[in-house]
Amino acid sequence: MKKLSVLVALALVFTFFAPVLPAARAEETITVFNWYDYIDDSVIEQFEEETGIKVKYANFTTVEEMYVKMTSGGGKYDIIIPSDYMIERLIKEDMLQELDYDLIPNAEGLIEWMKDPSYDPEGAHSVPYMWGTVGILYNTEYVDEEITSWQSIFDPKYQKDVFMLKSYRDTIGITLKMLGYPINTHDEEALNAAKEALIQQKKDGIVQGYLVDEVKDKMIGGEAAMAVMWSGDAMYAIMENDSLEYVIPEEGSNVWLDAMCIPKTCENVEAAHAFIDFMCRPDIAYKNMQYIYYSTPIAEVVEMLDEEELEYEALNPSEEAVERCEFFQDTSDFIDIYNKIWNEITA
Amino acid sequence: MKRSYFSGPYALWMVLFTICPMIFVLYYAFTNGDGGFSVQSILECLEPTTIRVFLRSVKLAFICTVICLILGYPAAQILASKDFSKYKLLFVLFILPMWMNFLLRTYATMSLLERRGIINTILERFGFEPLTLIGTEGAVVFGMVYNYLPFMILPIHTALKKMDTRVIEAAQDLGANPLRVFTRVIFPLSIPGVISGITMVFMPAVTTFAISRLLGSGNFMLLGDMIETQFLEMHDWSFGSALSMFMMVIIVLSIGLLNRIDPSKGERSGNW
Repeated sequence: MKKLSVLVALALVFTFFAPVLPAARAEETITVFNWYDYIDDSVIEQFEEETGIKVKYANFTTVEEMYVKMTSGGGKYDIIIPSDYMIERLIKEDMLQELDYDLIPNAEGLIEWMKDPSYDPEGAHSVPYMWGTVGILYNTEYVDEEITSWQSIFDPKYQKDVFMLKSYRDTIGITLKMLGYPINTHDEEALNAAKEALIQQKKDGIVQGYLVDEVKDKMIGGEAAMAVMWSGDAMYAIMENDSLEYVIPEEGSNVWLDAMCIPKTCENVEAAHAFIDFMCRPDIAYKNMQYIYYSTPIAEVVEMLDEEELEYEALNPSEEAVERCEFFQDTSDFIDIYNKIWNEITA
Repeated sequence: MKRSYFSGPYALWMVLFTICPMIFVLYYAFTNGDGGFSVQSILECLEPTTIRVFLRSVKLAFICTVICLILGYPAAQILASKDFSKYKLLFVLFILPMWMNFLLRTYATMSLLERRGIINTILERFGFEPLTLIGTEGAVVFGMVYNYLPFMILPIHTALKKMDTRVIEAAQDLGANPLRVFTRVIFPLSIPGVISGITMVFMPAVTTFAISRLLGSGNFMLLGDMIETQFLEMHDWSFGSALSMFMMVIIVLSIGLLNRIDPSKGERSGNW
């Protein structure tokens, strides 16, 4: 009899306090749409625990795929994390909400230059998530000079020793930079000059191949002296092979940024803002950055990096280097010209 | 009459997965990005860069098919001969690679041929100069032959296996030497299998894209690569579809041509 009354009392206590427990807010759910393997899962768990908001998580592998899924009505997303030029396009097409920075106090901690990116003035629609650059990854065992310029990957001295990216935007973009043109130029003369340089590079027998995913493993295995590479992949390769170094050439390059946005279709705006704010909190951003190992947009996280990490240009590019770099702009209006040029180079 | 009901599911299957996709491809090939009628993409197929890619695809696929035939015919003969019929294991060994995923095999081939790959490591161990294997046309052809050889052996093997041995004996009794028996009796009778093998090797070889990327390091763009690029990178579905149409026309033409030299119309052992 005594046991029973204890149980009843316990049950009463639970029902009484239940509304106060976080579980009660569990109906609140947001759907986050992010790149594949681009978040530390424990960060999501911690967010759910602390706020009681449930997170549904969906992946994409290219921003174009994200765009198709988003526009074809395949799913409703509360947070999307696309790249700079796609954000520019989504703003143009009026698909993103303006953010309420009162709900994102932690965004104050962003690195200063990222608060006003060219693709989204004053960050009205997006808050940076991760960022990086395009540069040259080179193997000091094979290269005895100091690499500072894009000219090096066009030097016939390196026979079959350079991997180029099978990505028309990056490859043509860096060649434009080498020749001193803006990376987003519409000038056909400039584009033709870049095309000629890339065709000559191929004719001279410098290029070992045009690849994307395979390059990092090949560079780790010492298959080539140099490769054009995204800083994130470069960092991965450097961790595996000590002889590899990454440099952002002096002519400048492309800088890219993935940022969190809230689509107009979002129904849970407050929870979405809470998620963005959470991801900007320095301890969370640090944890997430350590998992992904890309450059962080949060100033305080940079200060938390150790000495060795700070020295990697792939992880912590210097301000001068970034100043020489440009964001890509939406190319959909002159893709035909790019298509022709790219076919002529690779065909 | 009732039996025609059985064909219902197949007809539905064909409409859904053969006819509908073909209509989509046709639609995209003849429209531009805004959905208006346009032959722009079709004309682009005739530009020098496209023609260059096309000729390269046909050349490599042709070399691959010839090598497969030269290697595959004797292999099929050996497998079909009396001495080996007992050894089922040998037959299994020939088709065993097909049980493994094709992409996995190609990745493995890549690590064999790389600059610091297995072959070059062995060569260097014995004091030889390392060879440039990866990223060459030879590597692409090697990968194709390795992957598609079983498709040549199997149909020829089937054709040889069901050949009436009395015909061969009769030829021998009538005084034909072994070479003559082969050229006048065995080979002509196996032609349906050979044609089947040729189509089954040539078609995937001419449309491949993974092999040329992994073994050719993206240096030799083939039609398959070009189509892939149009869809995944350039988002030019129209040009991609036009290229696919172009390729289909080539394949239909070459099959038609092959069937003309097939002497045994009506009772073929192959698929075509």
